[in-house]
Amino acid sequence: MKLAIVGCGAVGSAVAELAGEYGHRVTALADSTSATVDPDGIDVGTALDRKAEGRGVGTDGIDRALDAEYDALVEATPTTLGDAKPGFAHVRHALDRDAHAVLANKGPVAERYADLRAAERESEGEVLFEAAVGGAIPVLSTIADLGPTNVTAVRGVLNGTANFILSRMSAEGLDYGHVLAEAQDLGVAEADPTFDVEGTDAALKCVILANVLGDGETTLADANVTGITDLTPSALDLATDDGRTVRLVGEVVDGDGAPEVRVGPRLVPENGTLAVTGTQNIVQLETRHAGQLNLSGRGAGGRATATAVLGDVGRLP
Amino acid sequence: MSESTDSAVSAYTVRLELVDEPGELLRALEPIADNGGNLLSIFHERGSLTPRGHIPVEVDLEATPERFESIVTALREAGVNVIQAGAERYGEELSVVLVGDLVETDLSDTLSRLECTSASVADIALSAPEGTDEPASARLRLATQAGERDQALDTVRAVADEKDLLLVEPLVGADR
Repeated sequence: MKLAIVGCGAVGSAVAELAGEYGHRVTALADSTSATVDPDGIDVGTALDRKAEGRGVGTDGIDRALDAEYDALVEATPTTLGDAKPGFAHVRHALDRDAHAVLANKGPVAERYADLRAAERESEGEVLFEAAVGGAIPVLSTIADLGPTNVTAVRGVLNGTANFILSRMSAEGLDYGHVLAEAQDLGVAEADPTFDVEGTDAALKCVILANVLGDGETTLADANVTGITDLTPSALDLATDDGRTVRLVGEVVDGDGAPEVRVGPRLVPENGTLAVTGTQNIVQLETRHAGQLNLSGRGAGGRATATAVLGDVGRLP
Repeated sequence: MSESTDSAVSAYTVRLELVDEPGELLRALEPIADNGGNLLSIFHERGSLTPRGHIPVEVDLEATPERFESIVTALREAGVNVIQAGAERYGEELSVVLVGDLVETDLSDTLSRLECTSASVADIALSAPEGTDEPASARLRLATQAGERDQALDTVRAVADEKDLLLVEPLVGADR
């Protein structure tokens, strides 16, 4: 399949690097300032080297990449909230010309799900977004296999940064600020960690799950979100004394009509399934006929997430 | 009081925590039999542990009110940890952690607000290692009547919200 990749961060560049191995050809690659396009396949190594040197992936404008020859557009630009610009426009552009769209970007799926599905209905192309929820963990394809109506609830630890901080605070008795600084030094946390530690990132993933499971009208504004910034070592100690630990857990449960989304610090059994440590993620599905399913693995990281993107590409007709 | 009301036999449920050692269950049942209680059922949850690492046991028995009082006293004297004793069945427990200005927002008021619903505060652990100027943490174990867990949790949420406390909830429905 011919792929155009928009967004050249950890995920976009990993998709470009691995595409050949999966039998696909990258015909366009764009970062935030430039693009490189070749219907016979771009030279991924050269483009990424240019980017590493700070020169941008190529000499073309981004619009050239969107208008290039491709079967599927991979949208891997950073997640934006509200109207999800420019990610949503990129996807619609692809659908308008009856190409497929595979998203790693959570914004359009969480914030404009109904618009996204409407654009898909009018297109010959399909939209898939496995990578947007839980990185490499096959959450959405599992739900698709089970049938969304057979999944009654989803809960999970869906943010590696918050989980790393909580695991370290709990294990070492260190305060939030200390562990955050350490996480930033290790590259686990962003310079501005707000999106992760205030629960927004986990909430967006849960909103996507709610859209898949429900009527597709859920947005971040509907979610009840509490972060971990106010947690203290003593609170974690009290939990440990009780055989529990604290994890930032996202939940999607049956509400009245639409699924209800809640994210916040929760007490979980210390050695229980949900007490994953470090940057590991886990998703727990409650099913109507098959009991509980636990899916765990790498919820972030370029190559891990690219694996989910390329899995989606492989599922396309 | 008349003889007839005093001697009316009622059904009671006692929840006990036992140390995981041989003979502990028998030791817990002896004070009941010795004090004239009629054992109805024993639910010995082997394999599941209470937060303190003990084995929960629920005993249903029949006794007159005064005999029941002596049974509970005898159990406690025998060193058996009685979690809940009474005709009322306390079906579920709920642990939460609160973080914030617990002392300044009047901890006793917080506790009494939680008491007045269908829950009762069974246990509290407070930690304020940095003194009262820094946020304190408290772990509360609430005993709730069967089926009223959600209602109890709603009350905790409302109190936490009003007093601007961070609430760490238990995860409902997950593996326990």
